[in-house]
Formats: sequence, structure tokens, C-alpha cells
Amino acid sequence: MSEPLVLGIETSCDETGIGIVRGRTLLSNTIASSMDEHARYGGVVPEVAARAHLEALQPSIDAALAEAGVGLDDLDAVAVTSGPGLAGALMVGVGAAKGLAVSIGKPLYAVNHLVGHIAADILTPDTEPLEYPTVALLVSGGHTSLLHVRDLTTDVELLGETVDDAAGEAFDKVARLLSLPYPGGPEIDRAALDGDPKAIRFPRGLSKASDLAKHRYDFSFSGLKTAVARWVERCEAEGVEVPVADVAASFREAVVDVLVTKALAACADLGVPRLLLGGGVIANRRLRDVALERAEAAGVTVRIPPLALCTDNGAMIAALAAELISSGRRPSTLSFGADSTLPVTEIQVAERS
Amino acid sequence: MILAVDTSLGTAVAVIDDDGALRAEAATSDPLGHAEVIGDLLVRVLDEAGAGEITHVVSGMGPGPFTGLRIGIAAARTFALGRGIPVIPVPSHLAAALTHTGEGRFAIVTDARRREVAITVFDGTDADGVPAVVADTVLVPASVADAHLAGVRRIDVATISGADLARVGARALAAGRTLTGDEPLYMRHPDVVVPGAPKKVGL
Ligand SMILES: [Zn+2]
Repeated sequence: MSEPLVLGIETSCDETGIGIVRGRTLLSNTIASSMDEHARYGGVVPEVAARAHLEALQPSIDAALAEAGVGLDDLDAVAVTSGPGLAGALMVGVGAAKGLAVSIGKPLYAVNHLVGHIAADILTPDTEPLEYPTVALLVSGGHTSLLHVRDLTTDVELLGETVDDAAGEAFDKVARLLSLPYPGGPEIDRAALDGDPKAIRFPRGLSKASDLAKHRYDFSFSGLKTAVARWVERCEAEGVEVPVADVAASFREAVVDVLVTKALAACADLGVPRLLLGGGVIANRRLRDVALERAEAAGVTVRIPPLALCTDNGAMIAALAAELISSGRRPSTLSFGADSTLPVTEIQVAERS
Repeated sequence: MILAVDTSLGTAVAVIDDDGALRAEAATSDPLGHAEVIGDLLVRVLDEAGAGEITHVVSGMGPGPFTGLRIGIAAARTFALGRGIPVIPVPSHLAAALTHTGEGRFAIVTDARRREVAITVFDGTDADGVPAVVADTVLVPASVADAHLAGVRRIDVATISGADLARVGARALAAGRTLTGDEPLYMRHPDVVVPGAPKKVGL
């Protein structure tokens, strides 16, 4: 089976993603987001997300099949995110995937969400295939991870990750401090438009020599968030108007700087001149621009999948499963669950023996 | 044949014939682990049910702890989607009540976590053979459940019978009735508050 037709189900956070791929060809990428329902809370509420997944699943599967122009009978396999992510949200997808796979009598592949983000890149037929090894920087509201990918289906290593907030969460929290709406990423971007990124020198988390020894590739954004909060409070205490544009631009610069610096440090340390970017925060233009500019100076090639494949989606889950199938991997048993802290080394969960 | 799936308490899956006779059932009473077991239970029950076509899927809609409850509903819906057949949503307490309907007024009581119980009061069956609800499902603190019931016979239930769930669904189907909507019987709002102004961190 060289070109397996796979339907992927992704429910690890607030997007219900159903994707259909044939091998490395994208046929459908249907996403239902509950983002609007979270806006009033200023962040993703797990129970709200899980309820929304249950509602969105069936219509999303129908829409994806219609868009791809295939029937359930045509599928070679079903794929689902087992983790990492929000447990209650993941479980809706796992239940749905098992019900569907048993119903149509097709094999089921339970896969790793983070590795799925890397697999998104193979759905870009107009570019050269992804070369290995590569360093991958995955940044979203749910995760901030730096990976060493030696092989997509067999060998992925976690170099570092956030020790507190995800970068996307930091954007949301700082947006709130600046009285900007949720989600914070695009709002901070808009506010930063006329700001000076060098106006305020906000701290770069885990970047001091003393931190680097232990946390060379780890990230921390809670100190940065607190620094912004202090700065805003000081303005208010002194009765001066908060220079929102400068604060937004300087905050964003601090996040981008630390992300790109650590990613390129990993490339240099490992002698890997390739960097793949993924996750919803890649939609941030400043992050892409700085990454491209500094990578070029460092002789590192940067790959960025289309943004619709960078945010959480089912197509990347289907794509990863298609690669697993093509490389001869057996399906998962039906006895896996949702694993909110699934390590990145577990690319596929519960492979049949 | 009718397939029923319920994860409002443990995990229960069953297949019955159109006349209500049991073909196969499988269940675990574990109040957790629904996601892990649901697939294998479905396979086992379908294997044991033997030849014949599943025409409907009955989905137990709770009440029950949300996280687990949703897993069965999700599986029921996608199973039905895969076969191109309809889902019949049924309140899980109706299944629990089915075998007690000859015994006068009684209450089905299930654990709702957070030291609360879910209570539905029944009395016999209606003309369609569906357990007759005389007081809708409510959540009450476990400590005052007896006072709330005021002498109504209390039946504490820790598992739901998939077969009885299927039978209630079959009776609703035969009567052309809808017993509950597509929304799970959550009984609680998502546990979340709208944030106020950001907390001061101090200068
Ligand atoms: Zn993600």
C-alpha cells in the first residue's frame, strides 16, 4: 500500500480537526474551533473545549469527507491524537476514533500530537522533501518545544520545552494586561505595529549563563509576563499612560528573541543546518521574519508549512499515520487511552505486536 | 439489531435483537478508563452478536461525570456515522429504571461526584413500555439525598446495563419518540469563572 488514504482526528486543545490525506497529498483539512467560546475567559477552558469537540466531531467528519470527495469505505485507516494535550479533550477524539475504526473495520493509528506538527510539512508537494536530521521549534498556546528530528517515524528527541507557560499563553496573558482581547497573538501584533521593539528591555527567560547550564534548550515565559505586569503597574502608579505599542513590541521581541536564539543554538550545537517551524504561534509574522533573517546569517535553512497546517489540525495526524503505514508499521491496538503528557519519543502509541 | 453504548458510570456495550432479546453484552464497572476499553468492548460485543445488521445505535446520555460520559457518546456517534445509521439518545437513568418498574414509586440514584448524587424518580412504565419519570433528574448533595427523597424507595446504581439501555431505545424507536436531545445531560455548567482585572504583582 504505497498511498494510504487516512482520516485523522485531532482534539488535543480547542480545535476539532479532521483531515484526510492520501499518502503525502492533502485532500481535506477541516477545522472547527471553539476559540470564540473561550474568549470571555481569556484562555482555553478544558471543559468548554471538550464539550465543543463532542458537538463538532460528526459534522466535521461529514464535511471533511465531502471536501475530499471520498467515502468512509475508501479509507485505509483512521488516525487519532493520543497526546500530549488536554486529557478531557483528547478523550473525545480517542472515543470517536475507536467508534469509527471499529464501525468501518479499518485499522487505527494512535499518534503523537507534537510529531504530527512535524508531519504537517510533508503535505507540501511543491517543495523539496524535508531533509533529516532537522531541528524543529513548535510554538503554540499549548506547547513550546524544541525537538531533534532524526527520522519522522522512528527517531524524535525532545531537546527542551517550556518549564511554565507556553509562548501562546504568554501572548494571551500579556494581551490581558494591556486590555487587549483574546486570542492575544494577533492583538499584540496589531498593537506592536507602531511600537519600538527596543523601547523596553524585557527579560529573556532561562538565557543567563547560570540557567543555560541546565536549561540550554528550555523556555520560560512566566517571568517575562510578570515583568510586563510590573512595567504596566509602574506606569499606572506614576500616572503615565501605558505606551501599549512599545510594550507590545518589546514583549514580542523578547519572546521571539529567546525562541529563535535557542532554536539556532540547537542547530549549531548539533551541527544541523535545518530548522522546521510549527504550531499556531508561527502565524506571528515577526517570529517568522526574525527566524528567517537570523537563520540565514547562521547558514540554517528554515521550513515553514502553510499556516493552515501549522495550527492544530487533523491532516497532520493523518499525514503522520500515512508515513507510519508506508514505512510498514502495524496499527495500534484498541487499548490505548489519552495521554496528556505523552513523551515525544512515542511517535506511535500501542503498536500491535 | 440495536447496539447500545453507555459510559455514564462504568463502560457498557450491548447488542439486542429487534424483539429485545440479548445478543451480546460486555462491560466494565471501572468509573475511569472508558477511553481505554471502549474499542475492545465494541469489538467483543459485535463478534459475539454474530450475523445480522446493526440498524441503530443507542447512546446513553448521562447524567454522569462529563469526561467519561462524552467518550461513549463520541464512540456511539462515530460508530453510527460509519454504518450510516441513526443514533437514539437515551437518558442513562431510564436504563437503570427498566428492571424496577413493577415495584411502585422508586428513585434511581447515581454518583455525580463532588459529593452530589443524581436522582430521577420513576413510577411504572408508560404506554410505550418506557419507565415513567415522575420527577426529572436533579443533582442534590449526597448528605441530603434521603431527606430529598422523603420516603421514596431509593435504588443506588453503580453500573448501567447496556442491554436495558438498548431496550429502552428500541421502545422509544417503536413509539416514534425522542427521549432526550443531542446534548449530554451535563447537569452542571462548565466549572469556570470569567476573570476580573489582572492581579497586581507588586512593584
Ligand atoms: Zn499543537
